[in-house]
Amino acid sequence: MENPILRTESLNAYYGGQIALKAVTMAIPERKLTAIMGPSGCGKSTLIRCLNRMHELIPGARVENKVFLKDRDLYAMEPTEVRRMIGMVFQRPNPFPTMSIYENVIAGYRLNSIRIKRGDQDVIVEESLRKAALWDEVKDHLHKKGTFLSGGQQQRLCIARALALHPEIILLDEPTSALDPKATAFIETLMEELKQSVSICLVTHNIAQASRVSDWTAFMYLGELVEYNTTEKIFTVPQDKRTEEYLVGKFG
Amino acid sequence: MIKSRIHRRLFLNTAFRLLIFGLSAAALLPLFLILADVFYKGIGVINWNFLVSLPRATGEKGGGISSAIVGTLMLVGLAIGLAVPLGMAAGIYLAEVRRSRLAYFTRLAVDVLQGMPSVVIGIVAYAWLVRPMGKFTALSGGVALALMMLPLVVRGTEEVLKLVPATLKEASAALGVPHYRTVLRVIIPCGLPGIISAVLLGVSRVAGETAPLLFTAFGNRFLELSPLKQVGALPLTIFTYAMSPYEDLQAQAWGAAVVLIVIVLATNIISRIVITRWKIQF
Amino acid sequence: MLEAKIIYLRERIMEMAALVEKMISDSVQGLASGNEATLRGVYENETRANQLEIEIDELCTRLIALHEPRAKDLRLILMIMKMNSDLERIGDHAVNIAQSAAYLIVRPPVKPLVDIPRLAEEAVAMLRDSIASFIREDEGLAGSVLARDDRIDALRDQVFRELITYMLSDAATIERSLQLMRVTQNLERAADLSTNICEDVIYLVNGKVVKHGRFEPEGGL
Repeated sequence: MENPILRTESLNAYYGGQIALKAVTMAIPERKLTAIMGPSGCGKSTLIRCLNRMHELIPGARVENKVFLKDRDLYAMEPTEVRRMIGMVFQRPNPFPTMSIYENVIAGYRLNSIRIKRGDQDVIVEESLRKAALWDEVKDHLHKKGTFLSGGQQQRLCIARALALHPEIILLDEPTSALDPKATAFIETLMEELKQSVSICLVTHNIAQASRVSDWTAFMYLGELVEYNTTEKIFTVPQDKRTEEYLVGKFG
Repeated sequence: MIKSRIHRRLFLNTAFRLLIFGLSAAALLPLFLILADVFYKGIGVINWNFLVSLPRATGEKGGGISSAIVGTLMLVGLAIGLAVPLGMAAGIYLAEVRRSRLAYFTRLAVDVLQGMPSVVIGIVAYAWLVRPMGKFTALSGGVALALMMLPLVVRGTEEVLKLVPATLKEASAALGVPHYRTVLRVIIPCGLPGIISAVLLGVSRVAGETAPLLFTAFGNRFLELSPLKQVGALPLTIFTYAMSPYEDLQAQAWGAAVVLIVIVLATNIISRIVITRWKIQF
Repeated sequence: MLEAKIIYLRERIMEMAALVEKMISDSVQGLASGNEATLRGVYENETRANQLEIEIDELCTRLIALHEPRAKDLRLILMIMKMNSDLERIGDHAVNIAQSAAYLIVRPPVKPLVDIPRLAEEAVAMLRDSIASFIREDEGLAGSVLARDDRIDALRDQVFRELITYMLSDAATIERSLQLMRVTQNLERAADLSTNICEDVIYLVNGKVVKHGRFEPEGGL
């Protein structure tokens, strides 16, 4: 793969003494949607959290070897700086309840005490909400708290919040698990749009979702990266027996 | 046969209902009796003059309790100023760390402090502040009250912060926010209604404490605004007036009691309103 | 998302259908007019048709693997896969006709062509109508094409009988007659494949399987 946006080299991750990721080497292509799928406990969430250094926040957690964003060694940098370059959206929508919609979107700047002029803030908020396909629904309610929003809307607000910092890649950890089918479909369409401007890495336990939206798919099992290829090849001609068994539903 | 079973059940049902209502009413009865009695005996004395004028010389009729009211407000203010920062800091520490030797001992200390008799806290404050300074001061009274308020603030803060869901901390961390800022600008604002409520409860508790003030603030008939001098307080006024031989002063004691109860009830009720109305939905 | 991809698939199969229709028309036209250039065009189109067939096949496989289509979407994609294969074979038949035509046009005709052009016209019409019934999802039209298959068979039998007479009377006509019979047979096969397409249209529209003679036109459904 030429010019991957993010790549890992033999990544190991531990929870205390227990190993959760075994020598994972993977390259994520730029401006495409890469899905990571696998049964519960396979390490997909652990992997994605190692990419933006969230894994080490867990007491006792440890990471070995390297992750590169283009040519920058992420584990040689300040973790907070890494997390500002890589956005993340979680399974349960988690907008800040004490802040208005506007404040939520711009939170990445305000909480980090990054000073920007009010006019520029307005631009960033509108741009991010448009990219998250939420602008039209909230443009007249920007200064209300986000609690009246539906689950799907709240999740889009979280996406806007992540996009506001202009990351080069955003990580989505099962973003539609907690949403109803309609909101899920909406966000899947949104992801197809978004990937044209920002690289996306998606963790999902829903095989069909991986097949529908992703360009590249990785299959993980018991902490190992079992197979990684274009989505079409993985779903039509998987090379590894374990991948095949997972796809046909033998386990997971 | 079946009919009698149903009747029996309905009868037992009603009987238990009545029993529970009755016992609850019985538990509330003393409170209402106290309030009724105090108001009845004290309301006659209360007028604007009573609230804003200073006590007259012993033996003279009239006078008010303004110095006591101001003194109580000062002492409570000092207590808040001392207990809240320290208590919140400890509460934040306990909520963050959960398990460590320091956390264990802090929790232990807070529990012990909570159970300590108020008079003991009073003499401790006497030994720490009054003796070295050589005089009775509002400051020492404030310290004593702060010590009594501290456990409530620590526990309240800790409980409220623990309720903040971890997902919010994650969201903030994922934006590259360092942890201390997450605590200050995300977690504490979420816990603010609970913390304020705990502080108000603390206030309603210490506003009426008498024993510790006996050897710290000591009391003052005159209006005193300096924390480095002795000051009056409502509980002290009630104490001294009630024990005096003058009927006039005894009536004023009841009046002071009314004022004190109103303050305590008000802070209690406001504390509840804060918790129920100011809701932060996660 | 799936919708857009299905629209793209429909466009590709329409392109295939138009191409194959032209190939059949050209091959018969080339025979009738004796125009070699027209016949060469048929071979060129075959390359494109083969390319398209592979492309459409891969596209259908992808859609099924990655998008789990259901109900009408599923029937449509399955139908397009079969139609794709049928159209490719019609294209092969067109090539066969062109090859026979190439042999025939440089030699004196056995007899004036009357029935064969009629057969050709009928076969091309059936192909055109079967494709139209797909575009418009017109069950009735599909049904009517199925009924016309009998006429094609009858015409073919007639042509065969005639050509056999010629061959029996004059041995020198055998080669050319055989080539003409080849043309006729290929036209009949093409028409038959068109009826396959119509059966698939009926399945697509209402989920009924009418293959292998289970169908009754008009009032039978």
